[in-house]
Amino acid sequence: MSGTIEFFIDGRPVTGRAGQTILEAAEDNGIYIPRLCHMKGLTPYGGCRVCTCLVNSRAQAACTQPIAPGLIVDSDSEAVREIRRQIIEMLFVEGNHFCMFCEKSGSCELQALAYRFGITAPRHPYLFPRREVDATHAGVFVDHNRCVLCGRCVRASRQSDGKAVFGFVGRGPGRRVAVNASGGLGRTEAATADAAMRACPVGAILVRGEAYATPIGRRPYDHQPIGSDVEEGGTP
Amino acid sequence: MNETSTRRIVIEPVTRVEGHGKVTILLDEQQQVRQARLHIVEFRGFERFIQGRPFWEAPVLVQRLCGICPVSHHLAAAKAMDRIVGVDRLSPTAEKMRRLMHYGQIFQSHALHFFHLVSPDLLFGFDADPTVRNIVGVARKFPELAKQGVLMRKFGQEVIRATAGKKIHGTGAIPGGVNKNLSIAERDALLEEAEPMLEWSLAALKIARDYTLEHQSELADFAAFPSSHMCLVRPDGGLDLYDGRLRAIDADGEVIFDQLDDQRYSEQIVEEVRSWSYMKFPFIRDLGPEKGWYRVGPLSRMSACESIETPEAEKARREFIDFAGGRPSTLSMAYHWARMIELLHAYEKVIELLDDPDLQGDELLLRGERREEAVGIIEAPRGTLIHHYRVNADDQITMANLIVSTTHNNEPMNRAVTGVARRYLSGATITEGLLNRVEVAIRAYDPCLSCATHAMGQMPLVVTLVGPDGEVIDRRSRP
Repeated sequence: MSGTIEFFIDGRPVTGRAGQTILEAAEDNGIYIPRLCHMKGLTPYGGCRVCTCLVNSRAQAACTQPIAPGLIVDSDSEAVREIRRQIIEMLFVEGNHFCMFCEKSGSCELQALAYRFGITAPRHPYLFPRREVDATHAGVFVDHNRCVLCGRCVRASRQSDGKAVFGFVGRGPGRRVAVNASGGLGRTEAATADAAMRACPVGAILVRGEAYATPIGRRPYDHQPIGSDVEEGGTP
Repeated sequence: MNETSTRRIVIEPVTRVEGHGKVTILLDEQQQVRQARLHIVEFRGFERFIQGRPFWEAPVLVQRLCGICPVSHHLAAAKAMDRIVGVDRLSPTAEKMRRLMHYGQIFQSHALHFFHLVSPDLLFGFDADPTVRNIVGVARKFPELAKQGVLMRKFGQEVIRATAGKKIHGTGAIPGGVNKNLSIAERDALLEEAEPMLEWSLAALKIARDYTLEHQSELADFAAFPSSHMCLVRPDGGLDLYDGRLRAIDADGEVIFDQLDDQRYSEQIVEEVRSWSYMKFPFIRDLGPEKGWYRVGPLSRMSACESIETPEAEKARREFIDFAGGRPSTLSMAYHWARMIELLHAYEKVIELLDDPDLQGDELLLRGERREEAVGIIEAPRGTLIHHYRVNADDQITMANLIVSTTHNNEPMNRAVTGVARRYLSGATITEGLLNRVEVAIRAYDPCLSCATHAMGQMPLVVTLVGPDGEVIDRRSRP
């Protein structure tokens, strides 16, 4: 059939549509590929690398790599899982992630990934960086301690909100998310209802007045691992 | 160094208390005990690192001070934050859910302390072999009692889980209310489990009561001393562990202050810093640092309240007061009896609340006019717990002061240890008997040293004896 592409994920023959990424096609086939920076409706970014697969034996980001006929994608071998574990652990140690009191606990994608991968403690030393909080906006609280630089807020602000509230500044270890006004988020055109304020996978961008409102036991990842919705064939 | 200066004995770390303590006994040139000090050498700094955090995090963050009674910190912080969001009175559902959580916690914490930490001393005697005088020894010789202890703690923990979401470090209380009500299924599960708890609570009370009565003369000479007492009371002077106004009485039972609004606690309670401990020494302002110290906790609550609203606990309280001759009890060891009266009271309150349809209500959260400063006070299992916060216009905490139960009991614990050392130290050697008795005296207060300095870690006990010129004469520890 025209436009249909056949390839393999973990030895299983699957089909996808031309133009789809490996991650998208995998989802259509009920296969969950872990990710952080990927978000439906936003341009693929390939930033976090949590979706790394071995594609014809080469490490590739599944969220940006288009499918092609006959591709052999390894998404679930121990080698691939270990790459992802290492990435997730590095994300933990390079920020200040204290799940025990974070209001995003139970609905945090980073925490949920750690649970899915059975990570109880990172193997790398914590860097304990000095980072700031931005409490200047009346409706939104920004805690840079928890930012994983996924860029979802940056893209959502541009692509969904038609603004450019968030952007990256700095390079290498100095890279961070900044806002487009001196004096903090409260000085920008950011609105609490902006899509960017709901795009954060972790507890870095928080809409005020919602903390801990969902009781333990009813939060998204309290009972099922992240990705279960995809694996059950539903829409994530 | 002058030869006539004092000598010192150190006991560290103290076993079977929550946290890490060290005892130093200072001797004078006549080898007599000049002073004994319970050192708190840990430092954790919650009050500092919470600064800058959003206020709604406080109830969940500060409870990490402790794994034994985190609910106390959770609720004290939540009560303060209720005021911050302008709510002076919660919805009935929210207040009753919080009370249920708190009584569940009192029940589990008192059961843990009595069965796991104290019962070995009472059942085997202070001088019994430490390898037997522990919870494993109790489980071997009194298996049914040990089982009851475990199941009672579990029941309290299940009440906490149903109200806070988790047995330890839940999120149930949020500024202005709670995040859930109690479902019928949760209620029925708890009622089913509650069935044997009344009988077991009465039996535990009997052990503590009988022990005190049978050892009256010995206990009168063991860490016993008159003191002032402080706790929250209801407007009618009755016991209230969740909310109320502050009352302090002196050693004769006369009122020092009464019905003090919790928001104005600092008008009466002042903290003094001493160089040898990270724990502060609070005192009643009008009485000054020398005479203004006081006790808190079960003994103080039984001494200062005028009634208990639940029938079985009130009956037990009257007997307790009669035993003390109608005056505040001087016995440190009577804490155990008082604690078991509260265990019974907590059980009665849990049952009363489970029968209340307000727990299935839907009005969980209220909001009012925002404030910048607030205080939350609760009667934690170990005594009065004060949380005081200031919050800026951006919702960030700019000041936090936590005065925990063990801090209030700092001076009383030092006096208890000094009394025991004076009575039982013979010569310049730390005997096993002394070591045991120092521990038992400290344990009566159920101190949470971890909370008191906001420190973590749990280690066994060491005592050091230090002489007049500062040299260590003896040192004894238990692994």
